[in-house]
Amino acid sequence: MTNPALPAEALILNRVQETEDIFTLQLQLTAPAQQWRLGIQPGQFNMLYRFGVGEIPISFKAISADEQGQPVLEHTIRAVGRVSRALAALPPGERIGLRGPFGQGWPLEQAEGQDLCVITGGLGCAPAVSIIEHAFANRTRYGHIHIIQGVKHSADLLWRSRYEFWAQQPDTTVMMAADVAAPGWPWYSGRVTELIKRLPLRPEQTLVCCCGPEPMMQASAEQLIRQQVPAEAIWLSMERNMQCASGHCGHCQFGADFICRDGPVMPYPRLRDRLGLEGI
Amino acid sequence: MHDYLPRAALPQLIQHLHRHGYTVLGPQVVDNAILYRPLADTDVLPTGIEQVQRPGEYRLIQTDSPRQFSWANGPQALKPLTFAPRETLWRSTLQTDGSLRFEEVLADARPTAVIGVRGCDLAALALQDQHFAADPYYRQRRDDLLLIAVDCSHPADTCFCASTGDGPAAEADYDLALTELDDGFLLRAGSDRGRAIMTALPLQPSREDQHRLADSQHRHACRQLRQLPAFDPAQLIQQGQHPAWDTVADACLSCGNCTSVCPSCFCFSESEVPELDGSSSDHQRQWDSCFSEGHSYIHGHHFRPDTKGRYRQWLTHKFGSWVEQYGRSGCTGCGRCISWCPVGIDPLQVLLQLGREPARTEK
Repeated sequence: MTNPALPAEALILNRVQETEDIFTLQLQLTAPAQQWRLGIQPGQFNMLYRFGVGEIPISFKAISADEQGQPVLEHTIRAVGRVSRALAALPPGERIGLRGPFGQGWPLEQAEGQDLCVITGGLGCAPAVSIIEHAFANRTRYGHIHIIQGVKHSADLLWRSRYEFWAQQPDTTVMMAADVAAPGWPWYSGRVTELIKRLPLRPEQTLVCCCGPEPMMQASAEQLIRQQVPAEAIWLSMERNMQCASGHCGHCQFGADFICRDGPVMPYPRLRDRLGLEGI
Repeated sequence: MHDYLPRAALPQLIQHLHRHGYTVLGPQVVDNAILYRPLADTDVLPTGIEQVQRPGEYRLIQTDSPRQFSWANGPQALKPLTFAPRETLWRSTLQTDGSLRFEEVLADARPTAVIGVRGCDLAALALQDQHFAADPYYRQRRDDLLLIAVDCSHPADTCFCASTGDGPAAEADYDLALTELDDGFLLRAGSDRGRAIMTALPLQPSREDQHRLADSQHRHACRQLRQLPAFDPAQLIQQGQHPAWDTVADACLSCGNCTSVCPSCFCFSESEVPELDGSSSDHQRQWDSCFSEGHSYIHGHHFRPDTKGRYRQWLTHKFGSWVEQYGRSGCTGCGRCISWCPVGIDPLQVLLQLGREPARTEK
């Protein structure tokens, strides 16, 4: 039996400091036999391991290529806990462990032929960037692309040039919201739900991908439903304590669902009666 | 039918298992409790030992009965034998060139036979089998386990297996099951391995009066003080604001004893144990509890910061969402969580309160 709990070695090719506490690791799997892990899908995650410290679940951001054209796996991380701070301290050339991919990603096939609406808050944009990049790489498979990103403070916005690039593409709407905006912020100041009201949605042919804090996702989903988007067309990416990533350790239970295995991306109707309940 | 083993011949069962390479575990009195420990011979079985179990209380009583299985259960079911309380999953080694090597660490599982297994614990093992079906660490221990049940004839006041449908007799998932009478045992096989063992024992024909006694003993054991109340499992999770949670949270110490003794609780945490010289690090797992502070922790936030939320998680999972996950409740009526709770909380009472309309409170 192959053991899904065993990590593979990954080399840190490069490290990008995105903001004061957010960084991106560009990783290469060192063993040829481990390349199957590059089959990771937008919305899935890997467990990243710092030798002697521990593991954390990090959603997949993108697969890019190095100068030789070899695939590079990108993970964006906020240095906030014991393991993420230890990972933040690693320079290029260091080795880490990686196991995955785990969980259910965004419903790519179901989204084909539909308008795609990607609504994110804060670092929730990282798991959603993967589906935006996927949609632009396969542009003819999707209709209109709506992108809304909300941040607490305008200085928190990541990948600004990428959003500006997407905004210039045909059949694409990009809107940004900052709860607190510094002078010179060209976009909206306020909540993402206000921006959703302004979206030129075709509710009967739109699939929504949403990732961010739970109250923001819940408010967004309810606003979309008020705008006639069917609840089953709204998909949320959930987050809980995950240690084994295989539905065994019990920490990520959200009611009956194991977020690591049954999620992290799940349809809104499955979550609706539990979201916002205290202690779930 | 040759299915009766005189008590004097019980040592031959143990010897047979030893001869066939099994490590044999059997119930013994250790630190004033019944525990499964390596069994050299039958003279260390708890002869004449009976129990008093009540909320927050577990006591053994010495009687002059010749019986060796006239107790209900000990603090641990089969769980530690298949789901190790602590074990290393894998080891990473730092090579001199800075690279990392990962190796799987699987324990040496030895064929193990357990004598004196209870129906409630077999049912709980089946629940863990479902949960850990794809877990190689669990599977290697489970596959080498031979289970010899003894029907429970002396349920404790805390037991309610008859109402969950998991006891007092062993119903399924055993290799061999014994019904204890004063002078010996009626045997029935539940697997080919069990049938093979029966052919190797000096069995005698059983008598009709022995079967009548066994039936009467079983009917008596089914009359239990406690019963699982009727409730709607799908509704439990929606009752988060019921005042019953406040009442139980006022008493609960959040100590996790209930989850430690529960035969179906499966949560574990993973942690690193690095060598002091920095050359390698063991990635371990150990039993965790939804009552622990870290269980719901995620980058700076606790989803269940207080005892009320943790108790609610435990009860709504065990009796509610478990049904959605695995097709039945996660409780097999063993009653351990009642006996081993230091403040004597009885979850059946909490379920009863939840079944009642909450009293209106003045606002």
